Amino acid sequence: MTTTLIKNGCVCNDDYTFVADYAPLPEGAVVVTLTRLRRERGELLARNTPLGVKLASDQSPEALGSDLDHLSLVVLEFPKFRDGRSFSWARLLRTRLCFKGEIRATGDFLYDQLAFMVRVGFDAFEMQGSPEAFGRALAEISNVYQPSADGRKTILDLRR
Amino acid sequence: MYRYDEFDAAFVSERVEQFRHQVQRRLTGELNEDQFKPFRLMNGLYLQLHAYMLRIAVPYGTLSARQLRMLAHIARKYDKGYGHFTTRQNIQFNWPKLVDVPDILAELATVEMHAIQTSGNCIRNVTADHFAGAAKDEIEDPRPVAETIRQWSSLHPEFSFLPRKFKIAVSGASHDRAALRFHDLAVEIVKNDAGETGYRVLVGGGMGRTPYLSYVVGDFVARPDLLAFLEAVLRVYNENGRRDNIYKARIKVLAHTLGPDEMRKLIAREFAEIKAAGTLQVAEAERKRIAAYFAPPEFDVLSDETPHSADPDFATWLKTNTHPHRAKGYAIATISLKPIGGVPGDCSHQQLDALAALLDDFAMAELRVSHEQNLVLPHVRKKDLPAVFARLKSLGLATANAGLVTDIICCPGLDYCDLANARSIPVAQRISERLAARQEEIGELKIKISGCINACGHHHAGHIGILGVDKKGVEFYQLQLGGSAAEDAAIGEIMGPGFGEHEIVDAVERVIDAYLKLRRDGERFLDTYRRIGMEPFKNVAYLEQLHAAH
Ligand code: SF4
Repeated sequence: MTTTLIKNGCVCNDDYTFVADYAPLPEGAVVVTLTRLRRERGELLARNTPLGVKLASDQSPEALGSDLDHLSLVVLEFPKFRDGRSFSWARLLRTRLCFKGEIRATGDFLYDQLAFMVRVGFDAFEMQGSPEAFGRALAEISNVYQPSADGRKTILDLRR
Repeated sequence: MYRYDEFDAAFVSERVEQFRHQVQRRLTGELNEDQFKPFRLMNGLYLQLHAYMLRIAVPYGTLSARQLRMLAHIARKYDKGYGHFTTRQNIQFNWPKLVDVPDILAELATVEMHAIQTSGNCIRNVTADHFAGAAKDEIEDPRPVAETIRQWSSLHPEFSFLPRKFKIAVSGASHDRAALRFHDLAVEIVKNDAGETGYRVLVGGGMGRTPYLSYVVGDFVARPDLLAFLEAVLRVYNENGRRDNIYKARIKVLAHTLGPDEMRKLIAREFAEIKAAGTLQVAEAERKRIAAYFAPPEFDVLSDETPHSADPDFATWLKTNTHPHRAKGYAIATISLKPIGGVPGDCSHQQLDALAALLDDFAMAELRVSHEQNLVLPHVRKKDLPAVFARLKSLGLATANAGLVTDIICCPGLDYCDLANARSIPVAQRISERLAARQEEIGELKIKISGCINACGHHHAGHIGILGVDKKGVEFYQLQLGGSAAEDAAIGEIMGPGFGEHEIVDAVERVIDAYLKLRRDGERFLDTYRRIGMEPFKNVAYLEQLHAAH
């Protein structure tokens, strides 16, 4: 099966090219690793094209510091679906770091995790499956008990 | 007790349908076992040695007659006729079929029960003092806090894929009946100098291969801040807990690697931010709404006398199995699930039904499950005690051994569990038979048995702990002395080399004989051990092996 990019619930073209650490930079929007961002910071920020960074699950987005202001995309990787650190990283990006750009999930995550992922702040998913399935995953449980990055009304709010 | 409102009810029903969909995808092969595993676990479904096992949550151990009848029905219809109460105040069924599980969960939902988060690497079912709302030494009923935490932790989007499981216990009394210091996180309801009620929060306790006692990370968390504080702890754990080694993944390892100062610092930073955001504050109105469900029943004005009973066994049961109640004319009664020579924690469908009838007939609203694998009647009128006892006796539920040497906590062991190194149930049964006649003379003595290092039988916290180990394919048992899960919490000390299957019961008996000789007036086994140490016990425990060697 091919992987599609589902963004805000719809299939989307991926405008970004992921560039490995020592590969030449192509034209247009690119995603680089944290290592490369640090190494070629000046050059990357000087390009007048959208820039994204891909973080491994053991890299906190806080490590980006003020560079985050220049990024339009943060890709968070799930090396294994059991590795739940990126749930906190997405949450931090949205609430502590007030990141307004795209937070994209890539790697090994499951249909059954999508609702959680949307709640903590992911809005784009490199995944197999259709937008219909994506929509169904989000609709399985109507209400939530706890506030998260999505700002949804909680059951506590609804009780008031 | 807590009653679901429309939101809680819809949440649980939708969760059942979601799981039905997951089971279908598993049955058609769309999900492989590895992918299905975390979701079945988050719905309480384990794959054991012989079959699936379904673990149903009994939030903070409280059950109504209606719920007991449903459990009886499930035992009859989907299992072999009995359920098994665990050390986490849950009930397990050992023989459900995968295709039936969504239906079982749907039936449970009709009585406001579920199996959500009874396993998996998430925040587990929250436990509380089983004497909640009845105990004389209580500051405040811990169950409203436990319920608040249950709701917040249900399908928490950030904390459903933690490094490892996360267990929370709550207590509101001066005596610790909830094993607070052995939990990943414990909430203790306390009063500060100004007389305000708040929470002391402890982190990093646990058993397993590296046992630790928890330490305090929040001295006095104000009431509205409780969930913000817990969210802070969980975030620190989710980000920093180890994921490279399953045996080092619990928060206890993080907490004891970082130490209290660093841990407090990390928590404080998250806490300040979450509190400032203000969205997770526990509103006083919501706290009161939940607390109102747990208001004590209206206690009648009764005489404090307990009537006489013609049954000579009644007096013994009264002494061992009833406990002081905060209302005059009432008692708390422990229903032992440890019949002499029986399987600790098992309860048949007839007994479950009969217990429901008992609650109805004596106008009692609820029953409790204790982490010691017993049941508790929290509010019994003293005038009813002889009749309640007679009824329990007719059901085979009147064993007079609460807190005594035959009241053994025991994990399923090699009889059910595929992780086990050794059998634990038969050892519990033989110890129980051997010592039953002398148990009153021996007095308070807690034996806890685990079939492997995972310590589900809490052996680290036993006054006498027994751990099953595997030595070249042969079952061996290690003895540990001096543990406690109460307010004098301690981790037991390992005595030495293990005992064979045929030696362990004799060794335990010799240790106890030595105690009877050495104890001073009124001293419990634990007190004697703490006074004189391991040597005198070690000297006698290995006698048989010494004789055999010569
Ligand atoms: S202690 Fe070991 S043998 Fe016993 S139930 Fe737990 S995992 Fe199984």
